[in-house]
Amino acid sequence: MITSIQNCEKIFTRFIGLLFIFLVSACELPPVDSEQQGYRGLGMENVVNPRTKAKVLAENISPDPSPPVSSEGPKADEIYENVKLLNDLSIGEFTRLMASMTQWVSPEQGCNYCHVPGNFASEDIYTKQVARKMIEMTRKANSAWQAHMGETGVTCYTCHRGKPLPTAAWSTDPGPAHPSALKSTGQNTVSATVAYTSLPYDPLTTYLNNVNEIEVVAKTTLPTGKPGPSIVQTEATYGLMMHISDSLGVNCTHCHNSRSFFAWDQSPAARTNAWHAIRHVREINDEYINSIADILPATSKGVLGDPLKVNCNTCHRGLNKPLQGVSMLSSYPSLSGDKSGTE
Amino acid sequence: MAEYQNIFTRIQVREAHPTGVSLGRDNYSRVGGGAFSYWLGKIGDAQIGPIHLGGTGILSIICGFVAIEIIGLNMWASVNWDPIQFVRQFFWLALEPPPARYGLSIPPLAEGGWWLIAGFFLTASILLWWFRTYFRAKALGMGTHIAWAFAAAIWLYLVLGFIRPIMMGSWSEAVPFGIFPHLDWTAAFSIRYGNLFYNPFHMLSIAFLYGSAVLFAMHGATILAVSRFGGDREIDQIVDRGTASERAAIFWRWTMGFNATMESIHRWAWWFAVLTVITGGIGILLTGTVVDNWYLWAVKHGVAPMYPVEGAMDPALALPTEGVEQ
Repeated sequence: MITSIQNCEKIFTRFIGLLFIFLVSACELPPVDSEQQGYRGLGMENVVNPRTKAKVLAENISPDPSPPVSSEGPKADEIYENVKLLNDLSIGEFTRLMASMTQWVSPEQGCNYCHVPGNFASEDIYTKQVARKMIEMTRKANSAWQAHMGETGVTCYTCHRGKPLPTAAWSTDPGPAHPSALKSTGQNTVSATVAYTSLPYDPLTTYLNNVNEIEVVAKTTLPTGKPGPSIVQTEATYGLMMHISDSLGVNCTHCHNSRSFFAWDQSPAARTNAWHAIRHVREINDEYINSIADILPATSKGVLGDPLKVNCNTCHRGLNKPLQGVSMLSSYPSLSGDKSGTE
Repeated sequence: MAEYQNIFTRIQVREAHPTGVSLGRDNYSRVGGGAFSYWLGKIGDAQIGPIHLGGTGILSIICGFVAIEIIGLNMWASVNWDPIQFVRQFFWLALEPPPARYGLSIPPLAEGGWWLIAGFFLTASILLWWFRTYFRAKALGMGTHIAWAFAAAIWLYLVLGFIRPIMMGSWSEAVPFGIFPHLDWTAAFSIRYGNLFYNPFHMLSIAFLYGSAVLFAMHGATILAVSRFGGDREIDQIVDRGTASERAAIFWRWTMGFNATMESIHRWAWWFAVLTVITGGIGILLTGTVVDNWYLWAVKHGVAPMYPVEGAMDPALALPTEGVEQ
């Protein structure tokens, strides 16, 4: 009798041990670093796991720029036919940019990813038209969106990272399959987009493709008598914020004082950048991607047929400053929209 | 380790309890009894049953079963009846209240109708169980303290899922059924209404909740510490203070100058527990109905301290240049 009770206790203890291991298996091992980001005593700090961070940093290294070339000599459009953008570059600069773009976007496929072999002027491959649109997009970003990214700017590499399709591109999430008698609530499933919470799983379509109001917190002390944003709308905003936090590798406190998520005077300056960033991403998706959906093949589209689009993670990849804040643009001034030659 | 120090109950009596007072014509409704459980004996009385079912008990269990069945089947349907996904995503799944556009009207089954039905049966189950706690206490000639404490918790439950949604004019304000989804609801609710931590009734509720934990620890520890002097016979000692009671009282007078009595400590515990949910319910009821943004309310009334401005600019103040230039 005694022995069997002791055995029971042994099994019980082992069970508790296994349960504990199971419960903590999703947790990160300590220690973590925390750095103060705002006024003292308010928990305004970013918590960073140095081991995870080291891995992310290693994955976000910008390639060395090609050696600069002379801006003297004949212009690109004097040598090549059908040069619509970049026609004020010298032939040297033009060739250098084309070679760099190939390294950034299609290193395996080479020039022929966009060009018909032997006929650079041909428009027969759709990717050439896409590339032209993307150069316009890059120049617009670099000339009009300093409120988002300061003077750092972007190049093709910021998103593409050596791949024709950026890894972190997205399309509208149809959600899990369910019987027709059930109507989807758009939430309550395991979704990486919202960092594995049960929040609405496609805030990207709601806020980065479509223009919906993100601010949900009451603006007045007392009720106004009119119905305000619902709890579900609040959860959708929360989902978008989870995407931003996850993509940038930052806590809520990077942009907010959590005691008052809405009050601008309580928020760190980065929140203003993020506000502009959301508008910038909407512009990219609307004017430069959705507008050319007709010429894109099915491989560049999602299951619902919408083109693969841009979200925070497309450039940021786990860092609040993409590619560790290195400005590749400074080595490629032709991609800044200031340069004459922009249409 | 000394004999009296143990985290589990040491003594298991293996003689059946007396069946208690006669229930008259209700006597028939006691079922089971006589079995002993070694493991339950570790945390309580080893004897299992007899249990009294009765009309309210049976109805309560049926209603509760119906509610959980509706919730569970809706969750299972939401993963397309896939049993593996049902288990894998169980903590994520939910039965949501109707969308805001339905207000207080009866929505289609697929858009919150099931939520309303599940809510009705769950509420019926809980209320029937309340009657059970009340009538069983009466039958035993006890006071009805347990029933009223339970009623306080039901108050909070009804405020969250019934009274406040009606005052707000929309079922969408109510809580979804689901593990993570109800937690997301809680976080979103606090954010939507400007941070619930600045709600004074929420503050009171937290104080009573944490206070309950402290009182429970103090009382439990005190009684265990003097049980070797018979301190576990605490109810006797309300009027017949033995050496255990005197030692416990002296301990607290020595350490903090004041002590509860064998009676009053239980009143402290009851009121702290009950006030946790009463004040919590008031706090929820005022949110969105009387106050829309608790942070702004706290600023207005000098509750929230002011800190230096952090540096963000409200872009709405600079709208004309938005996206055109820096």
